[in-house]
Amino acid sequence: MTSLLEAKGIRSIRGERTLFNQLDLCVKTGELWQVQGPNGAGKSSFLRIVAGLLPAQAGEVRFRGELIQTIRSQYHSNLLFIGHKAAVKPELTAIENLEYYAAIQGQPLTAAPYELLERVGLVGLEDIPAQRLSAGQQRRIALARLWLSSANLWILDEPFTSLDVSGIAMLHERFSWQLARGGSVLLTSHQPLDNIPVQVNMLNLEYQH
Amino acid sequence: MASELSVGSQVRALMRREFRVAMRQRSDLMNPILFLLVVVTLFPLGVGPEPATLARIAPGVIWVSALLSALLGLERLFRDDFSDGALEQMLLMPMAVEWAVLAKIIMHWLLTAVPLLILAPLLALLLNLPKEAWGTLWLSLLLGTPVLSSVGAIGVALTVSLNKGGALLSLLLLPLLIPLLIFATAAVETAATGLSPAGPLALMAAITVLALVLSPYAVHAALRVSVN
Repeated sequence: MTSLLEAKGIRSIRGERTLFNQLDLCVKTGELWQVQGPNGAGKSSFLRIVAGLLPAQAGEVRFRGELIQTIRSQYHSNLLFIGHKAAVKPELTAIENLEYYAAIQGQPLTAAPYELLERVGLVGLEDIPAQRLSAGQQRRIALARLWLSSANLWILDEPFTSLDVSGIAMLHERFSWQLARGGSVLLTSHQPLDNIPVQVNMLNLEYQH
Repeated sequence: MASELSVGSQVRALMRREFRVAMRQRSDLMNPILFLLVVVTLFPLGVGPEPATLARIAPGVIWVSALLSALLGLERLFRDDFSDGALEQMLLMPMAVEWAVLAKIIMHWLLTAVPLLILAPLLALLLNLPKEAWGTLWLSLLLGTPVLSSVGAIGVALTVSLNKGGALLSLLLLPLLIPLLIFATAAVETAATGLSPAGPLALMAAITVLALVLSPYAVHAALRVSVN
């Protein structure tokens, strides 16, 4: 198996506090990695550094052996990042939100938007602006991007937040699909990933005082 | 392997979403233009209805109120995107982020400046601006409003992560926009006296081109700092 994403010696300092130092991670194709740690340990910061949103104070991130800064647009066309802010426009309906992301990801939604909504359990809510939906339903709109994505690497910050049991099962199933086709998933979660049909690799972050 | 995406289709998708969101927040969109209309109608009541006085102050009044009303609606550019996470996603688009920034600036211009251009003759009429200067007023607004949108975008990008960045935004932007105000009013005034306004208009055109070309880079850099 070849390495898809490699982070070496990452250090992050927020304000006066060192979140982590000399952190290494190597994600190979077909692997799922879970970053774990207490609140404030720097899980989100680590994901944002790896995604290229936040500069690290030291260390480097490589995608297929190349520094992500030098191949930024190629890296980002192979990356799907969903942060803890869902990036769902509250004024727009589920379909309108997805239409945008489908176009950005190069897969026009013309084929079957209703089929997609059915998969993520949003049928019947397609004409309602997202701001009038529940937190879990808004989360589902954001996560529907996983069904539109052909990106090799998914970076997801707390994807299970506000999802119900069926939503979590639906995500597990999608993760298996992504790994089976040779993609990789990097995520943070407070819940242990029980019942997931794939192997989970762990990266533990400790709270540094 | 993800398919290669053209810049054009990404820009189109972004502009379509911007337009849709703006159409659902129409009151936000109307506020600055109503403010402008109210200020211009209040002036004759405040300084007296003397036609010669009004004609004398018309270029300045129209341009100052256009400037202030632009500042009023500027924060919309990135404020919501910042709070709902769309800004992060914009920085992760596979194309150069400058294109996305330019698309947002152009959409902002279409939504704020085009209504102003439509209203301009009414404003000129209300303040008794001499007929000879109407065309120049319109042209100065056409050339000047892209500067308001693009230079304004730099200020918004710098202050978007601060809560209540509004006061700072005005302090930051007004000094940068003063040259524009001087050239614009100079152009309209020279036209009102019957002389050719070509000089100040040419300078405005130069400022516009400069602002449109350079601001996307500055905005991109500022946004990277703001999402940290």
